Amino acid sequence: MNSVLKLLLEGEALDTAQIGRILGLGADAVERELAELRAQGVLLGMRPVLNPSFEAESRVRAVIEIKLRPEGLGGFDGIAERISAFEQVESCHLMSGGYDLLVVVTADNLYKVAGFVHERLARIEGVQGTSTHFFLRAYKRDGFVVSADGSRRDRPSVSP
Amino acid sequence: MDDSARFVARHVASLPKSGIRDFFAIVSKMKDAVSLGIGEPDFVTPFHIREAAMNALEKGRTSYTDNRGTLQLREEISRYVAQNYGPEYRPDDEILVTIGVSEALDILLRSTLNPGDKVLYHEPCYVSYAPSVALCHAEAVPVRTTATDQFALDPAALRAAWKPGCKLLVLNFPTNPTGGTADRAKLLEIARFAVEKDLLVASDEIYSELTFEGEHVSIASLPGMRERTVFLHGFSKAFAMTGFRVGYACGPAAVIDGMLKVHQYGIMCASIVSQEAAVEALRNGRDSVLHMRDKYRERRDFVVRRFNELGLPCHSPRGAFYAFPSVAGTGLDSLEFARRLLEERKVAVVPGTAFGEAGAGFCRASFSTSYERIHEACERIARFLDDVRRG
Repeated sequence: MNSVLKLLLEGEALDTAQIGRILGLGADAVERELAELRAQGVLLGMRPVLNPSFEAESRVRAVIEIKLRPEGLGGFDGIAERISAFEQVESCHLMSGGYDLLVVVTADNLYKVAGFVHERLARIEGVQGTSTHFFLRAYKRDGFVVSADGSRRDRPSVSP
Repeated sequence: MDDSARFVARHVASLPKSGIRDFFAIVSKMKDAVSLGIGEPDFVTPFHIREAAMNALEKGRTSYTDNRGTLQLREEISRYVAQNYGPEYRPDDEILVTIGVSEALDILLRSTLNPGDKVLYHEPCYVSYAPSVALCHAEAVPVRTTATDQFALDPAALRAAWKPGCKLLVLNFPTNPTGGTADRAKLLEIARFAVEKDLLVASDEIYSELTFEGEHVSIASLPGMRERTVFLHGFSKAFAMTGFRVGYACGPAAVIDGMLKVHQYGIMCASIVSQEAAVEALRNGRDSVLHMRDKYRERRDFVVRRFNELGLPCHSPRGAFYAFPSVAGTGLDSLEFARRLLEERKVAVVPGTAFGEAGAGFCRASFSTSYERIHEACERIARFLDDVRRG
């Protein structure tokens, strides 16, 4: 794997100058690598992982299970791409099992999620049924434990 | 007024305090210090190993075990050591499970040394060697290793340091604090010397899985050495299990039996929960070890390159997770360097002299920490060196 990418995936908050120094490349070379990864469609973007309770006290997040009729326009892909185009949609995956699409949405409040489901999703041809679940509390997100206190607190800062 | 000091034994009172304690006291009060002083893995114990400990508790496995450790663990140790290091040890009477490798070394010294016996070991070395020897009323005979040899033990220096009364030779490769290793050729020479002088050898191989380049050779695997070597190892470093406190000794039955006596009266047995976790580590921990080793190697490459760029000459350690740069070029001695760096730029490193006089002119910087911290520490060291050079 590309060394810049490998380092980014470790999840430390490093800027390109720091990455350059760590890998012995220089910041310019790191910028070029990142541009290349974007151009290749490997790297879609980068954003910080926030503690959900801090992120926005007024935002709600829900996961929606969607059942599809396969004969819809463009098949599953066509419907999934249409749903993905909504800005409320954070992620959208085709699933195996009891439903077909798993969609995560965020909105300012519960009513806006409800509106999205009833007025947008339900109107899409090929959507057969939905089941919406609201997130209550996050314990771990994108590999980061949300309240990461405790585990290493007693580790001595100097030891033999 | 507390005058209870008069009750403390002379040979204990005369032991120097660990040089590391002083720094710990200062750093622990500082809010924004960056510490490269940590002598343990930056990783939490791999999950499957923690799970084995949880299972042990859930199943109510909370009793004492056999003094030697559970048979299951001794069998796994026997298999693991044969597979990775060569020599075969019988689980019944040639393996003893201890509270970390520290206890294993301590009881080996206590069960083999008579007052006045002499113990050879290479310096710079782990902080407990000389004090543990002194606690046995024995005499420590350090052999200096140098940066030009990448802190490998030079057999000629060992021969020169030898004197009548030397009974035991303590080896630790890869070495804390230098990352020094010894190749097969050097170990063969050292082994021949040990046979010639009829020395018992204690080989502390706690960092052996963290060997980055070249093969790790255990002296116990060399001709004529199994019968005079006690192989000491543990789980702390390779499996990131420092807090579990579990290690082991493998050696000839009579020596292990002597150690067992000290162990059973002083300790009874290692924690059963830790022993259960250790079994899991030996059975299924290989991938985690290799993963962590790769992370250490990447960090090593970065920190060694940075130190050299900054003008602190530093060899690339072939094992363990410590860089050992020379600070002599700054005009400061190790202690002054470490103290000023901590006070002025809030970076903690350990002065080389904490690991013996041979560490003078060096500092130990652990790279068992995040890139962010290593990077920040190096930036601060750069500013510190500018200040020192400007006077």
